[in-house]
Amino acid sequence: MSVRHALLALLSEGPKYGLQLREEFEDRTGDVWPLNVGQVYTTLQRLERDDLIEADSQAGTDTDDDKQKRFRITPAGESELGRWLRTPPDMSAPPRDELVMKILVAMRVPGTDVREIIQAHRRYLVELMQQWTRIKDDEAEYDLSLALVVDAELFRLDAVIRWLDSADGRIKRAGGTPPPPSPANVPRLRRRMGVTR
Amino acid sequence: MSVLELRDVSKVYGHGVAEVHALYEISLAVGAGTMVAVMGPSGSGKSTLLTIAGTLEDPSTGEVRIAGTDVTQLSRVQKAQLRRRTIGYVFQDFNLLPGLTAAENVALPLELDGMTARRARQAGLAALNRLGLAERAGHYPDQMSGGERQRVAIARAVVGERQLLLADEPSGALDSVNGEAVMRLIHEACRGGMAAVVVTHDAQLASWADRVVFLRDGRVTDRTTPAAGPESLLRGAGGDSGSGGQVR
Repeated sequence: MSVRHALLALLSEGPKYGLQLREEFEDRTGDVWPLNVGQVYTTLQRLERDDLIEADSQAGTDTDDDKQKRFRITPAGESELGRWLRTPPDMSAPPRDELVMKILVAMRVPGTDVREIIQAHRRYLVELMQQWTRIKDDEAEYDLSLALVVDAELFRLDAVIRWLDSADGRIKRAGGTPPPPSPANVPRLRRRMGVTR
Repeated sequence: MSVLELRDVSKVYGHGVAEVHALYEISLAVGAGTMVAVMGPSGSGKSTLLTIAGTLEDPSTGEVRIAGTDVTQLSRVQKAQLRRRTIGYVFQDFNLLPGLTAAENVALPLELDGMTARRARQAGLAALNRLGLAERAGHYPDQMSGGERQRVAIARAVVGERQLLLADEPSGALDSVNGEAVMRLIHEACRGGMAAVVVTHDAQLASWADRVVFLRDGRVTDRTTPAAGPESLLRGAGGDSGSGGQVR
């Protein structure tokens, strides 16, 4: 989560004080991302240094104390915010998910029931989803931001469970035998995916 | 007392070499006000479990008790009466009768059970009203959206004095918003005192349940344990990672 851009977004609505920004940030993210006040002021200082925000002179706040200052977004800040909103986050990296690694490793460990390990992870994820769904049931119906945050978590966890289900099915069809090592002349996954780092 | 109790229920189809064990010694108790989800892949025995819980099939061995009655000892007529009075069913494809309006569909099980048409219609309208469908009472199924049809099916399943709601992939054909609306209604029915069993392969649906039972190859392999309060998730989240519940 970019606190920098979240603060720019809040300032795009009009000039605001630091404490006000912190409260609004937490409200808008359904209280799921707590933010400490030091982080807010450090980020504001950097935004001011980069000319993306400026002290609001109309508020009569000619002071060095950030807590007394009201900030406003500059035209450069507005264009930076627009650029950030339209830039997709980097999701192109190959999977290095710890859970994926555990299942791959489990297939190589003698005497390990991989499907039992898959089930342990599946149960944990479903329990987490139950907790998120309870939040949705209790509060999110009345709080759009929280509903969106909870949905994002639920879809993310659901995707992991779907991967576990798929892995479970593949391993069952393969008869639980570990795959043979790849022949040396088969290009490595990284190279096939065009990953250079 | 549990509304539904399965004790060591097994189900075998066919004989000899063609014998297929659909369920092995399943034990499950669902109390009033509780929703249990049964998760498992295709062929794990989920639907068989539901048809046995709903008295539509008999187990090969074991006992099924609904509201305290051992249903394996009942006659076919007695079972049909128990189904009409005590059990509501919700299916993936809604199973509404196309020639009847929403109100008539909901009132039908009450009428079949001997209630006068007028009283059954009143109860049906009340159920539709509770589910926000009062203005759709006179519409036929083909005049309604998928989400509305499923809400009518839920109204039909909870109308009257039903105690047990059995649902087979109740939001399978719906988008996620309508699917959530369906699960909220089932959850609401449980808060009103019904017991519910929802079979699904969908974790988002299952996460509405108080307990989740995992079925594989006809056996219960695992169950969720009561989860910590949701506050722990909110406390645990934070910082710049943007991640509320890490998979570790």
